Amino acid sequence: MTQKNRLQSGGRIDRSKPLTFTYNGKQYKGYQGDTLASAMLANGIDVIGRSFKYSRPRGIIAAGAEEPNAIMQLGATEATQVPNVRATQQELFNGLVSGATNGWPSVDTDVMGVLGKVGGNMMPPGFYYKTFMYPQSMWDTYESIIRKAAGLGRSPLENDPDMYDKVNQHCDVLVVGAGPAGLAAALTAARSGARVIIADEQSEFGGSLLSSKETLNGAPASEWVSFVVDELRGYDDVMMLPRSTVNGYHDHNFLTIHERRTDHIADRAPDGQVRQRMHRVRAKWVVLATGAHERPLVFANNDVPGCMVANAVSTYITRYGVVPGNDLVLMTTNDSGYQAALDWHDAGRRVAAVVDTRKNPSGDRVDAARKRGLNLITGSAVIEVQGSKRVSGVSVAPISADGKSVAGSVTKISADTVASSGGWSPVIHLSCHTGSRPVWNEEVVGFLPGPTVQKQLTAGAINGSYSTSKALAEGQQAALDAIAALGMKAAEVVLPQAVEVNEGQPMTLFHIPHLKSTAKAPKQFVDYQNDVTAAGIELACREGYESIEHVKRYTAMGFGTDQGKLGNINGMAVAASALNKTIPETGTTIFRPNYTPVTFGAIAGRDCGELFDPKRYTAMHKWHVENGAKFEDVGQWKRPWYFPKAGESMQDALNRECKATRESVGILDASTLGKIDIQGKDAREFLGRVYTNAWAKLAVGKCRYGLMCGEDGMVFDDGVTSCLGENHFVMTTTSGGAARVYEWLELYHQTEWPEMEVYFNTVTDHWATMTISGPNSRKLLQELTDYDVSKENLGFMDWREMQVAGVPARVFRISFTGELSFEINVQANYGLHVWEKLFEHGAKYNLTPYGTETMHILRAEKGFIIAGQDTDGSVHPYDLGMGWCVSPNKPFSFIGKRGMAREDCVRPNRKQLVGLKTLDPNVVLPEGAQGVLDPNAPIPMPMVGHITSSYWSANLGRSIAMGFVKGGLDKMGEKVFYPLADGRVIEAEICSPIFLDPKGERQNV
Amino acid sequence: MFHIYCPHCGEYREEEEFHAKGQAHIARPLDPEACSDKEWGEYLFFRKNPRGLHHELWVHAAGCRKFFNVTRDTQTYEIKEVYKIGEQPSFVTEE
Ligand SMILES: [Zn+2]
Repeated sequence: MTQKNRLQSGGRIDRSKPLTFTYNGKQYKGYQGDTLASAMLANGIDVIGRSFKYSRPRGIIAAGAEEPNAIMQLGATEATQVPNVRATQQELFNGLVSGATNGWPSVDTDVMGVLGKVGGNMMPPGFYYKTFMYPQSMWDTYESIIRKAAGLGRSPLENDPDMYDKVNQHCDVLVVGAGPAGLAAALTAARSGARVIIADEQSEFGGSLLSSKETLNGAPASEWVSFVVDELRGYDDVMMLPRSTVNGYHDHNFLTIHERRTDHIADRAPDGQVRQRMHRVRAKWVVLATGAHERPLVFANNDVPGCMVANAVSTYITRYGVVPGNDLVLMTTNDSGYQAALDWHDAGRRVAAVVDTRKNPSGDRVDAARKRGLNLITGSAVIEVQGSKRVSGVSVAPISADGKSVAGSVTKISADTVASSGGWSPVIHLSCHTGSRPVWNEEVVGFLPGPTVQKQLTAGAINGSYSTSKALAEGQQAALDAIAALGMKAAEVVLPQAVEVNEGQPMTLFHIPHLKSTAKAPKQFVDYQNDVTAAGIELACREGYESIEHVKRYTAMGFGTDQGKLGNINGMAVAASALNKTIPETGTTIFRPNYTPVTFGAIAGRDCGELFDPKRYTAMHKWHVENGAKFEDVGQWKRPWYFPKAGESMQDALNRECKATRESVGILDASTLGKIDIQGKDAREFLGRVYTNAWAKLAVGKCRYGLMCGEDGMVFDDGVTSCLGENHFVMTTTSGGAARVYEWLELYHQTEWPEMEVYFNTVTDHWATMTISGPNSRKLLQELTDYDVSKENLGFMDWREMQVAGVPARVFRISFTGELSFEINVQANYGLHVWEKLFEHGAKYNLTPYGTETMHILRAEKGFIIAGQDTDGSVHPYDLGMGWCVSPNKPFSFIGKRGMAREDCVRPNRKQLVGLKTLDPNVVLPEGAQGVLDPNAPIPMPMVGHITSSYWSANLGRSIAMGFVKGGLDKMGEKVFYPLADGRVIEAEICSPIFLDPKGERQNV
Repeated sequence: MFHIYCPHCGEYREEEEFHAKGQAHIARPLDPEACSDKEWGEYLFFRKNPRGLHHELWVHAAGCRKFFNVTRDTQTYEIKEVYKIGEQPSFVTEE
């Protein structure tokens, strides 16, 4: 296939570098410097997709980020699939593989036409709400059809092979956009010595100057662009980011820039290169020089391929050497639109007509059109387009002076391209991201950036200043303002001389009238991507939607990847007219991040795979891995869950671990327990305030269990705290609660009781902790220490410093299993050594490593709670049957005391933690099961509480469970029923949660 | 993402280093036992949700671990001032 629309010369493409690309399975040629869109147009590809609701053929309309239709699926392999890429923003490379996103199974003959043809009735505005709500059972069917048809693209099914990263940046001035305004700003700021970042979404700097025939200082504008780019390149403190879209403007001048570093080179990033990079920039000042998008006009069948925005036509001709058709009809409300006809004519193709909605246009470009002898039809409009897969002609008619009605007879003109210009819309998206509401400007006929609290300046077309000379001057001024605010000295920059173009007054017109009413006329599209028509917006208004925000949601206008770039203002104008209001009265929806879609790769950067989340390992981790541990995540910790032997099921392993511990000795790596070192003369008093129980008399060398509650009286953490010295304690917390408890202690110290002399430090990672538990634990420990660890010398709830396996250790005789138990703490880097020594000596006692699951079972056999499993922030100590751990007579009103005395906390029939034995000892209740007293009660049954912990106990030869039952502590021996989702009803009896050794004889040895 | 000046470190740092701890200047009653359930409930649960200036408690959690106060505009997210615990704000809403 030849590039039938390619000009022999001109443009910024390199004809010596031909490239091959694939679109929908066919091969085509383009050149270095093309976008995918310009190459497709060069090859005469008219239809690039089917529309969202009506499945109408669609073509390329625009040349930049505002393109609503040409949304492609890219990727030569499954792993490199990228959905939702605008063909207008994708640079062509050799071997590029693309496909249409919409139009399943093919854009030319698509099955969706069926739905599309029905769609006129089937999918009016609000169709999600109206049509597809009923019958509900059909929703899955509807959804799959809609999704398939909706042009959402598809994500790859294989892992992305490329690398992405993120960079944190700081700068004095971030310039967004490298058109004339942005370049003038960057040059001024850079020359003044500021640290500057300038980013532009296009491959080259220059913005509008790249696709214009303007001159600066009498030379082509591109020469000035090169001069500025060269100078900027020379500054160490200037970072130039082409192919980089500033997608989000967040609070406190934090902006995110999505840089596409290799997407223009190949399907995959070259070896060792990062494909995309997310810059996270904190800018002292931001200069928005984001330009403007030309608005197409709204007229009947304005979506037929061949209908384009006027400026895009110019861009394809001037920048890419592509004339996207043979016979052009231009419709415009303003002078700037004429440029498309002038460029088209100069490219040697036929301009069928220039249709100006104004009666008496005047201005330099109008004169130029007249001089070229173009067929100028004034006071008229293109009211309808003919054609389906390509424009074949247009209907032109005179219109009334207010533009609201057709005022004469219709003339048909044959053409294959219709360019339209309804004026320009400043690109104010970024200025809206932080909540600033745009302000309507009559003169500009558009919304301008509203007042903001950000350190933000604007320059050029974003302000409605469309001439190059104004853009340059405003860019310079913005930089000077920033430089002054930064307290820096401004350097001199002499701006180049632009040629002033005289322009006549534009006409304020958005929606072209038709002979028929909007509802009956052929479809007049406002938002191409979401298939929103003028009739649809009018219908929404008729149905009572008055707020533009509601109209937007009802019609889906401005949704999706489009974000209302082309259609928003036209849509508001149609709504305003339907509501008999002005546009400022109707208001505008605002724009949210991101300006254009960002890949997940760039968002994730290196925070994926192994680096997704930091991992915490204990000092003995290597041993656990070598000994086949299965791991469990506890916060960021990797904790051994259980240690299966060959051929063992999980339950087999747990049974073996539980029995070995109670019969001889087991060992647990408890290093993850939170440890907080507390010192100071008021440390003891502080403990008394934050724990529910008494600490005044805890002697040096002693340990005590404590409960922590919030001010509401609800338990939130627990652990053992030991007295190391009169003014020195070490507190342990749950593994998951360490950071929270630490911050909570600091909160009370710093904000409530700063007069107390107490210091906290987290020492969790400083210590390796191993707990040996079971009747042979003392014998084992004694073999490794000279210190006498007999019952007489190291009693229950005592701790001592001693040498264990040749290293200094703190040994705590505390027990979470109910067995004789020692918690050995050594400096973390000795941890593995001591652990291995224990196994050396422990072999003869069948020393058995166990993990968190066996720990949970062993403690449940003893009825010990786990904060966070058996508590959920709604239970106080008395609910847990742990009133023994509350000392209401302490002189200071400890945290939680007043809370647990509230009316609701002392009422009868609160849910209380009890033990539960299933009638059938072999059935293990599922955790979370809800109990009822009468299993035959009508649904919804009154529920009395849920199961919090439930296990098979190998030691007891039956299942055991803990759970809440309303008034449970007074219901010992009574029955509770657990109806399960599978239909079973499990009967259980309320009992004490202490299932094993209620007198505590096993640890009292 | 906020850019917050820690009055203890004397530097602007990223929001990621801080934890927001809710409304500032909520003192624990000196004699909790003397509070009615209603008064204790007010202390526990009732918080302002103003549109405009709000005094908030923050902690430099991944920094110096110190608590401090922030006066923030909840509409614009501007931070008007930071001040240490025990100090009073200079930006206040006239009621
Ligand atoms: Zn700090």
